[in-house]
Amino acid sequence: MMANPHALIEGVAITSFAIRSNHSFIYLRGEVVHVYRRLLQAVREAYEAGHLGKNIHGSGFDLDVTVHAGAGAYICGEETALLDSLEGRRGQPRLKPPFPAVAGLYARPTVVNNVETVASVPSIIGNGVDWFTAMGTERSKGMGLFSLSGHVTKPGQYEAPLGITLRELLDMAGGIREGHELKFWTPGGSSTPIFTQDQLDTPLDYESVGAEGSMLGTRALQLFDDTTCVVRAVTRWTEFYKHESCGKCTPCREGTYWLTQILKRIEGGTGTQADIQQLLDTCDSIAGRSFCALGDGATSSIVSAVAKFHEEFEQHVALGACPFDHAASALFEYGAEEAVEEPVADAAAEPEAAVADEAAEEGEGHTPDDYDGTAAISALNEFARVNDPKTEKDA
Amino acid sequence: MTYDSATLEQLAKDADDIVSRYPVPRSALLPMLHLVQSVDGYVSPDGIAFCAKRLDLTSAEVSAVATFYTQYKRRPNGEYQVGVCTNTLCAVMGGDEIWRRVSERAGVGHDETTADGKITLERLECNAACDYAPVMMVNWEFFDNMTPESALQLVDDILDGKDVHPTRGADTVADFKSVSRVLAGFEDGRADEGGLAGEPTLAGLKVAKERGWTGESK
Ligand SMILES: Cc1cc2nc3c(=O)[nH]c(=O)nc-3n(C[C@H](O)[C@H](O)[C@H](O)COP(=O)(O)O)c2cc1C
Ligand code: SF4
Repeated sequence: MMANPHALIEGVAITSFAIRSNHSFIYLRGEVVHVYRRLLQAVREAYEAGHLGKNIHGSGFDLDVTVHAGAGAYICGEETALLDSLEGRRGQPRLKPPFPAVAGLYARPTVVNNVETVASVPSIIGNGVDWFTAMGTERSKGMGLFSLSGHVTKPGQYEAPLGITLRELLDMAGGIREGHELKFWTPGGSSTPIFTQDQLDTPLDYESVGAEGSMLGTRALQLFDDTTCVVRAVTRWTEFYKHESCGKCTPCREGTYWLTQILKRIEGGTGTQADIQQLLDTCDSIAGRSFCALGDGATSSIVSAVAKFHEEFEQHVALGACPFDHAASALFEYGAEEAVEEPVADAAAEPEAAVADEAAEEGEGHTPDDYDGTAAISALNEFARVNDPKTEKDA
Repeated sequence: MTYDSATLEQLAKDADDIVSRYPVPRSALLPMLHLVQSVDGYVSPDGIAFCAKRLDLTSAEVSAVATFYTQYKRRPNGEYQVGVCTNTLCAVMGGDEIWRRVSERAGVGHDETTADGKITLERLECNAACDYAPVMMVNWEFFDNMTPESALQLVDDILDGKDVHPTRGADTVADFKSVSRVLAGFEDGRADEGGLAGEPTLAGLKVAKERGWTGESK
């Protein structure tokens, strides 16, 4: 969208023509202003060239395209939350069915696709179906962008046929950073269960990744080497989901809050062995019981990390501290002052008033610091049990 | 509302432009909130009243929407919104240390503004630029591959009133109000500034060219 926004706009025009839609919207997150500038300009240019507007190139087909900037809410990527947001509301998911294709934007049939999907349409039309299906595997056809980031020599975007392996991708990207080994990675972003070296040769297609217990998802491959603390990584991901939870349903809203509390405790060295089991139980109360996939996704990294790195969680408890040197993971030397104790020390460093202010805003002011959440978590588990379709059937 | 008549006239004109982009007026609410931020530097009570009146909503309905999204500010914002990504990938690659140093230098914490009104500091959630980690953003322009030194220089330059230059973006970072106007959908003529794409974005393409790969042959 930054370098070649016209590929997307061409895709929008073709797909809109295919479904006979006369108005398309490109919903872009608001936190990337230069991308938005270029999209606005590209759409204007497309109108000026007659590729958009009334009676496009004499075809009798009309198409308007509106580029819409969001305002900072990850959940608005979820297709029905996106529709509510585009209607000028809080971006909270809708009950499905009805699916957007039946009743979407303004209750009219709507197709929602990822921009990469839409931008790949012109090349498929241009080169033909056989060209596209020659790439990929039997059931996962075509190509996609694999985004490699983290402790890799040459991070970046690698477009490749589905079914490529991480080992092959790493060959292109110069391998894991020098002197280190791969420890864990996400095949499809932070909402997909983590992999380790054991999956270096797993074909990255939908079926094979699924068979290994994860999901291909966004193809955002985040790679972490042996210096990285898995508890720290998982804690930070969970804080993200807590922040981005839209608050509509109880398991996700309350659950991500308590998961964060427990994880911070373990990471900070004040957790107990029971906390590790409590984490899994709480994940169990969220996954499959949330209103949308954000809640499920929030538990993926936790459950998989505890399964694959149980001893590391236990070590934090036994040691009463994180056994890793965070500075060793960074791309540069840490400053002279002692290393940060994230994120507790961080909040403590802020002026008293600011901390209180923040707590009040997030609605957390009611929770005393020394409350470990046992009662709230059991209430959450009870809620999940009572609302579990399986429990109802048994009863 | 306390807007003077010239401001109100311009706001009304811009709001008409925004509303005309959508089949249903209420869809204009998000861009209109960006618009009022471009005038007031935050979503002010006046701004809420203006949106409510124009879209025939109650001010409670408008507030409910405005408070859902983190980009809408409830207090007058600094001239520069400075964000340090402290999500997992960036944090591990050094974002935590950058945050600590930047926060120390600016003398403010998350969601706080310096006394001179220059900087509002923020711990950023992922900005989908992980291949450029550690990442910072100033008024939603990318500052890639940061180090504590480059981050402190950036903060000092802003506090000294100097122009700052994103790695991928316009030549210089526009102030918070100007950027809010762009986000309301009004072009500022700066789309052609800056390069096309950074090195990581083209990494795969480079390998393919070096090895003579094309889509057909694989
Ligand atoms: C929490 C959440 C966030 C999402 N964010 C995005 C997003 O940023 N971009 C996107 O294209 N799809 C996102 N999705 C997936 C969409 O709901 C939808 O499945 C997708 O856009 C369909 O497009 P595709 O079939 O072309 O992949 C998200 C889903 C969830 C549950
Ligand atoms: S799962 Fe989370 S994000 Fe999804 S509807 Fe429930 S609270 Fe909102």
